[in-house]
Amino acid sequence: MKALTKKLVEAWGPPGYEHHVRAMIEEEVEGLCDEMRVDTLGNLICRVGEKTGSNKRIMIAAHMDEIGLMVSHIDRKGYLRFESLGGLFAPTLMGNRVLFENGTVGTLGFDDFWGNYSKALKNNEFYIDVSMGSDENGGNDVGDIKVGDPAVFLREFEERGSRWIAKSMDDRIGCVVAIEAMRKLKDSGKVAHEVYFVFTVQEEVGVRGATTSAFAIDPDIGIALDVTPAGDEIKTTATDTRLGKGAAVKIKDGGIVVPPEISAMMINLAEKNGIPYQREILRFGGTDAKAIHLTRSGVPSGVISVPCRYVHTVSETVDRADVEACVDLVAAIASTADLGL
Amino acid sequence: MRLEDTLLKELSEAHGISSKEDGIRKIILKAVKDHVDDVHIDSMGNIIAFQRGSGGAKLRVLIAAHMDEVGFMVTGFDSNGTIKVRNVGGIDGRLLPAMRVEIGDKKVPGVFTWRPIHVSSHERDVKKVDDMRIDIGVDNKDAAKGKVKLGDMVTFVAETVTMHGPMVRGKAFDDRAGCVQMIEILKSGPYPVDLIAAFTVQEEVGIRGASVLVEAAKPDAAIVLETTASHELPQDEDEPDQTSVTKMGHGPALYVMDRLTIYHPTFRKHFEDTADKYGIPYQYRSPQYAGGTDAGIIHISGAGVPTVAMSTPCRYLHSPHIIMNLDDFAHGIDLVRHVLTDLTPDKLER
Amino acid sequence: MDKDKLKEHLKTLTEMHGPSGHEKPIRDYLHSYWRDLVDDFDVDRLGNLIGIKRGSGPEPRKKIMLCAHMDEIAYMVKEVRDGFINLHSIWGADSRINLGKIVIVHANGRQIPGVVGAVPPHISQYKEGQDKYTPLDEQWVDVGMPAEEVEALVNVGDLVTMEAVLLELNGDRVAGKAMDDRASVASVTAALDYLQTRAHVWDVYAVASVQEEVGLRGAQTVAYHVHPHVAIAIDVTMAQQPGVSGDEYPKLGDSPVIDMGPNFHPALYDSIVEAAKRLELTAFEQVSPGRSGTDAWSIQISHEGIPTALLSIPVRNMHSTVETVSLKDVDRTGRVMGEFIAGLTADYLDTLQWKTEEKESAE
Repeated sequence: MKALTKKLVEAWGPPGYEHHVRAMIEEEVEGLCDEMRVDTLGNLICRVGEKTGSNKRIMIAAHMDEIGLMVSHIDRKGYLRFESLGGLFAPTLMGNRVLFENGTVGTLGFDDFWGNYSKALKNNEFYIDVSMGSDENGGNDVGDIKVGDPAVFLREFEERGSRWIAKSMDDRIGCVVAIEAMRKLKDSGKVAHEVYFVFTVQEEVGVRGATTSAFAIDPDIGIALDVTPAGDEIKTTATDTRLGKGAAVKIKDGGIVVPPEISAMMINLAEKNGIPYQREILRFGGTDAKAIHLTRSGVPSGVISVPCRYVHTVSETVDRADVEACVDLVAAIASTADLGL
Repeated sequence: MRLEDTLLKELSEAHGISSKEDGIRKIILKAVKDHVDDVHIDSMGNIIAFQRGSGGAKLRVLIAAHMDEVGFMVTGFDSNGTIKVRNVGGIDGRLLPAMRVEIGDKKVPGVFTWRPIHVSSHERDVKKVDDMRIDIGVDNKDAAKGKVKLGDMVTFVAETVTMHGPMVRGKAFDDRAGCVQMIEILKSGPYPVDLIAAFTVQEEVGIRGASVLVEAAKPDAAIVLETTASHELPQDEDEPDQTSVTKMGHGPALYVMDRLTIYHPTFRKHFEDTADKYGIPYQYRSPQYAGGTDAGIIHISGAGVPTVAMSTPCRYLHSPHIIMNLDDFAHGIDLVRHVLTDLTPDKLER
Repeated sequence: MDKDKLKEHLKTLTEMHGPSGHEKPIRDYLHSYWRDLVDDFDVDRLGNLIGIKRGSGPEPRKKIMLCAHMDEIAYMVKEVRDGFINLHSIWGADSRINLGKIVIVHANGRQIPGVVGAVPPHISQYKEGQDKYTPLDEQWVDVGMPAEEVEALVNVGDLVTMEAVLLELNGDRVAGKAMDDRASVASVTAALDYLQTRAHVWDVYAVASVQEEVGLRGAQTVAYHVHPHVAIAIDVTMAQQPGVSGDEYPKLGDSPVIDMGPNFHPALYDSIVEAAKRLELTAFEQVSPGRSGTDAWSIQISHEGIPTALLSIPVRNMHSTVETVSLKDVDRTGRVMGEFIAGLTADYLDTLQWKTEEKESAE
């Protein structure tokens, strides 16, 4: 699981440009599902199990995209301005490195560093430096980089005890949970429902991939797998989750009020199978479940999250035990015929 | 292309604030009826015109441009006869002082009042629209109510004229320019593909009209024709917000990304390839300050629709006096004609 | 509708607890209350209650949907510390009113009353001061139980609602919580009541919708599910009161209040104003230049577009526990809807066609 996580979190995949991640996942789940397709927006849709008389069609979504940035202007000196792809926060930017698809590495700087380093800055006061040398006018040579090129943070996976640290844990760790759950189901052969594992696109820019894939699949139940901000960072008041305390079962966030019977189903299964869990309320935010639950006539939906410190930074930190708990809970749902719903 | 050869003058001078697009519908229906196989108005008020394709490709392409423009709506009356309004769509409050307007179907003329500088020179904060009033030349509430009704729409007053060469000036090019492009595209059809041309309502209040298109049209692809900002005023080159977004005279602008959409890569490439093949100039709209277009809802409707947006660059959008280059406008028409002619299913795959 | 009966109905409706996403008690109550008023029921997958009253026309009949939301603003348990409970606002709650109020903690199948602790002035004047309302994070619910018992009973995510017994103010006016939007639900009941003695051609879909307060969510799925030809949303609107003045705002008793603007179909608007006239009522006209912020906003763009109208019931002190309405407004709004529905002909939809001279001459 660690090798897969390392591979996926280090992959390149800003919103709308998930093709590299998709290719890796396709390779990984080949043989783990009964059917696989890619839709118009680029969602990878994998079916496991079949619809029989009374069982459920369950959509389980994890998003492949990660926050990124896109070049919006190249100034006369050859510095790049950018727009954010997803929630990019100014305090996380200075000195960070970003990677373009063609392999170019950029450095983030901001206007008048020595005059402004103690001030609160806005995203549009930062720029990317991709200089490969000087051009004929003494400005930066920007190589092949042009307006409209996307980039993501560049950072390697680290392991520290049971903690895993990387960029884009949000939400490649959700993809890992989905893949490992698929593997578990393959091994056990116990699939009680028609389960669509959907590796979605463009979650970070407004849950767009989940919107179209949920419409096409028209599931009975929706589940999003995502990270959730941990409440055990210093003075965090938005939520109460803790690293290492188990899978976070969502009660409510900014995008969904989870129907009580869905969260109860998850909690019951966790207790029955001895899977550590915690209840989660998040004051803001939203996941793919936000889109799924409002599809057509409504889809009762929930969220299983991996608590994560420093979300939307290059050091998103999760605990391996929580990831395992999420895998177990997803597999338990997919293989339990009577979900009590 | 000359201003006189198009419907641009007539359409941009007509009144059609979001949800009150009747005047625009009338002109467009007349213009398209002889060039399409079917035309109807849906329950939102969108005009849906269908032009059957000539070829065997059997693709269905939705083209959309919005009919509505920004303006104001009458919300109340003061006892002295002045009129309270709220804006419909986004308008910069700095434009309001001493602006001329026309109100309602009868086009009652009015002006936004402004306190003389002799008594207000210290006031530097931009007034909210709630604190602005329109004077229509009456002295009491009853007289005002005799001329203007609650809910009446208030429109900018501006004539559409040629400034110099291809540069024209007028109100509401956003998005009557797109509407006229669509009419011109329909006129030179049919194409190998089936065309569903949607003249949409209520884009400016939250892309409302476009929200209902896909369920009925069931398109294989969608093209949104819009206008976009060109910000070429002189700026300090060290300022972060120095991008001009687009440049006038450099051709129609394609989008990579805006706030609501990341545009379909292969379909977009088909636009680029087509432009290159026929020597049509085009540019990319910078993703900076990019709001959204009708594509924002179209591309995620149903199970998803490959969508491209193409805009004619304009200066001073959402003001009474927008400037546009007719060459860019004409190149846009040309490009879409070729795009439709050369469209094959492989251009829509991911 | 009989005034005492209406008051009793509104009392039951508003005193029940049904926050966004947890509307089951309200749904169950309405399911039994509407049983004699409708022919059939449906519930969509988000939990919207749909009461169907069939029309007399030949099938297929046209459908009109009346939609009022049954959820209310409320809180959830965010944290239990030393036996005290800290709250999370589900959405839109005005926590400035909480101090010294009684709340109900819904835990383990029990309804446990608690008070939102108010530090007495003897201490607050020296400590945090008295010139700022206490932020929600610093408010603690005290259920008067030992800490261990609270810990054992109460879980993160348990609902916390306000207690507010309906208060009669001088006869016609009543104050309570959740008038937003159960006063409108009661007006839908009044419309159904009106239609018991009036023939109608169209089918009526009376909807008590869920999750309006968290983002017009229930209306989105129920409009898709019912797919009506015409819809009326009913919600509350700010009435004139101290601090809210100007003739843009209706007074209590000014109903029916009807909105115009991009969210609403102009010809439908005209027909409802006409229906009010048949009852010798003058509509109070409100202007809504953009997003109406009501279920109507979700409904209008469902499927291929649904002609939608909005009727509003004036309310004072919105989003508080003393939301004040006039029973007359609730009843009238119901009667206007009933009268409008009774007047719907089989070909009424034709009058909603967008007319243009070009089209007329072609016909």
